[in-house]
Amino acid sequence: MLDHVLRRMSFGASAADLGTYARLPLVGVVGYLLNFDRAPDDVDTKINNAAYIGVTTRGVFAPNTVINDARQRWLFRMVHSQRPMQEKLALFWHNHFATAYTKVAGTFGQEHATKMMDGKAAEVAGQRRGQIQLFRDLGLGRFDDLLIEAAKDPAMLVWLDGRLNVRARPQENFGRELMELFTTGVGHYTEDDVYAAARVFTGWNLRLSGDRTTALTSYYEYVYNAAQHDPAAKTFTFGVMPDGGRTIPARTAADGEQDGIDLIRALARRPETADRLARRFFAFFVSEFSAPSDELVASMREAYLNNDTNIKAMLVRLFTSTEFLDGSAEFARYSWPVEYVVRAIKETGWNGLSVDAAMNPLVNMGQQLYEPPDVNGWALGPEWFSTASMLSRMNFAATLMANQRFNLQQAAAPARTSPEALLEFHLKRFTAAPFSADTSGAFLDYLRQGGAWTGSDTQLANKAAGLGRLIVGSSEYQFN
Amino acid sequence: MHFTRRQFVRGGVTAFTFGFAAPQFLTELALAQSGGGRNLVVVYLNGGNDALSTLVPYGDADYYARRPTIGVPASAVLQVGTDREGNVLGLHPSLTGLKSIFNDGRLAIIQRSGYENSSRSHFQGFDIYGTANPTNSQGTGWLGRYLDTLPSPVDPLVGWNTTRETPRSLVARTVGVPAITNPATYSFASPNVGAEAGYERATAVRISSHLPADRPHLSFVNSTAQAALGTLDRVATVATYRPSITYPNNGFGQALQAVAGAMNRQIGTKVFWVSTGGFDTHANQNPVNGAYSTLMATVNGGLINFYNDLRNQGLLDSTMVLIFSEFGRRITENGSNGTDHGAAGVMMALGGLVRGGLYGTAAKLRADPQNPGLENASGDVRYETDFRAVYARVLDDWLGANSVSILGADFRPGAPRIL
Repeated sequence: MLDHVLRRMSFGASAADLGTYARLPLVGVVGYLLNFDRAPDDVDTKINNAAYIGVTTRGVFAPNTVINDARQRWLFRMVHSQRPMQEKLALFWHNHFATAYTKVAGTFGQEHATKMMDGKAAEVAGQRRGQIQLFRDLGLGRFDDLLIEAAKDPAMLVWLDGRLNVRARPQENFGRELMELFTTGVGHYTEDDVYAAARVFTGWNLRLSGDRTTALTSYYEYVYNAAQHDPAAKTFTFGVMPDGGRTIPARTAADGEQDGIDLIRALARRPETADRLARRFFAFFVSEFSAPSDELVASMREAYLNNDTNIKAMLVRLFTSTEFLDGSAEFARYSWPVEYVVRAIKETGWNGLSVDAAMNPLVNMGQQLYEPPDVNGWALGPEWFSTASMLSRMNFAATLMANQRFNLQQAAAPARTSPEALLEFHLKRFTAAPFSADTSGAFLDYLRQGGAWTGSDTQLANKAAGLGRLIVGSSEYQFN
Repeated sequence: MHFTRRQFVRGGVTAFTFGFAAPQFLTELALAQSGGGRNLVVVYLNGGNDALSTLVPYGDADYYARRPTIGVPASAVLQVGTDREGNVLGLHPSLTGLKSIFNDGRLAIIQRSGYENSSRSHFQGFDIYGTANPTNSQGTGWLGRYLDTLPSPVDPLVGWNTTRETPRSLVARTVGVPAITNPATYSFASPNVGAEAGYERATAVRISSHLPADRPHLSFVNSTAQAALGTLDRVATVATYRPSITYPNNGFGQALQAVAGAMNRQIGTKVFWVSTGGFDTHANQNPVNGAYSTLMATVNGGLINFYNDLRNQGLLDSTMVLIFSEFGRRITENGSNGTDHGAAGVMMALGGLVRGGLYGTAAKLRADPQNPGLENASGDVRYETDFRAVYARVLDDWLGANSVSILGADFRPGAPRIL
């Protein structure tokens, strides 16, 4: 069960991680991972330290202003962070609030766009927190707060055109997706609600601040532009005011920002939103093969609604549920490409490897970070698997094993005595859904092919890499 | 050999049975199943194409009144004549190649295609066009159900999706359509060389043939791996295709080059899926020199080169291209020089045997509760031709299938005679 918890609340575990966690009771591991704010937040200081996975620089490593460097930094964090659940949650919210770099970069250029996607505020003068950093900071707090900050997030204001939403002719893009994708889901609002929501967010725009002479010294930030806000009353088909009223009253333009706050807080408190979040969390953290029980959804909803839309309260119910911990959910999810790649690296080893080796394969597997295909996020579950993406997964396993050939040979040396011993060694190292007797037989036949077993260095190097590739590239390994 | 597997998609709602042919029989199967040798290429314009900028009702004063900034000027459109109610219409100025195909009589333009209570959601709209079912859009796709009618076992390469995600249209019960974005990178890598690499590939084929009925999710992934390994060698032949013209160096152009290559190499594919995106033009649509013009130039550049390449190869008469988007956009421009999600759109079809011309009628865009061509308080264009009627025509008269059973209802009476 420990490895199950670590696959879900982290990205799997290296052999060393596993030894550390094994000293705690399971419930302690869950608590440790979930209460990540108590763990050190020092992962970035380890970049370029030889004991950790490498990054590949083309000039200066600039993760705040060059998107491919930002991608490498995020992958590095997933492999090595002492707060893995923080990165896991950030990935969940990245899919939920799916915002793509390309549109932002096409609008404001790559430096601004990279800062907006995942800039680290402390590292650049005048830098504001990027969108993914917002998810790291607020991803376990109150959902209404997270929504408000997401609505004001510069990348979001570009992505869903909020920066252009003005009173003369409102822009519906954000208002619609706020209801369809971020909160209640389709079927719980009308076209008139979309019109009204568009008017609510008029004037939620952007401005350029800082030293505006260069893209590196300036930054975009949210501004409430009262002159562009439509101050007239807005009526919805559901309650939007704290007293349950359906009409946001006419307000002075100066006070009009409150319209958006009222709407967001109301949407966050709708039971449909609670249930939708509960089901999405269940699919991401527990199972895609079965639906959550009505009792669990009700329990998560109750925790969320009774704690001012607190996400952590909802997740405590999830991670302490029988459904999560009784063993039935082991390998009951299709790994996202990022989860697959990071777990494969952690289990195989990284000495002499750069996270850059995963960048193109991730594109071919269908998950480039900061580049979800649309605002609905990635198509999950079985839809990750096409022939081409499956080939990319198999081929990433080949790339990884070729790179780690020598390390694997060294590690597997005690198992050189027989094909059976090598297979046993690998099955301990690589956590996959159970292999059938037929498949295990095929692995042994493979180890015996090409001449009698001698356990020589050459044979061990070939077969440890080849078997590693077959296991990590197997269908059983694609489950999380 | 025939394996059975069950696949659960999207929340475990639907159970599927998959048949899969063993790799050694695939080539013969492909040849047998390519049968009449007709190809259907579906082009999806991702994001909700603004039909009123693609086919411009340039004689309608309300068009310019409601789109003072982004209306395509009458002086710029490529005139294509009048529809049966006398509305003058013109193609977007970037569609010069499509205009020449129209002049050849091989481009059919179906105005106001859509359905009742059009969804304004990208994702629901896309799934409705995919399933051809506006009331339950979570099942198999219309093209998937067509592939299901082919004799079992079905060769996986009977369909070719050039995008990464399987579109709803291609979701089938009996076959998982391969996603091949680039034939050149569709290959098998190994950490070893020579005989060792060969043992590894053979073992990968062997373990992926394991399709246990009691582990449906594993069987699903294994059958995907099996289809990948079983199609590698044939796809490799497509990567060596040298077209008769130079395709644009963008995703859409390169995808169409791969499609032409697959036809040229006769690998047996009947249905291709191609997509180009960026049509969610909420802002800065600038239809003449800006974003929308670029979108149209991409569509035009890909399709005219594809058309010419196929003509040079003598493949035009065996090819039909069907172009659609998940919805049209609102009539009145918004405050950011863009348009929001609307209702009816425009479908197009081209090919050597397509009967070109204008089908259907343009809506009068005057905001008036009595105007029958509009809906949603005159905000959106109302549909006139059910998109399923177009599907019915394609299924019956191009693919030789039975549209009534595939679509679950008879849409033949309203089907435009585009073939």
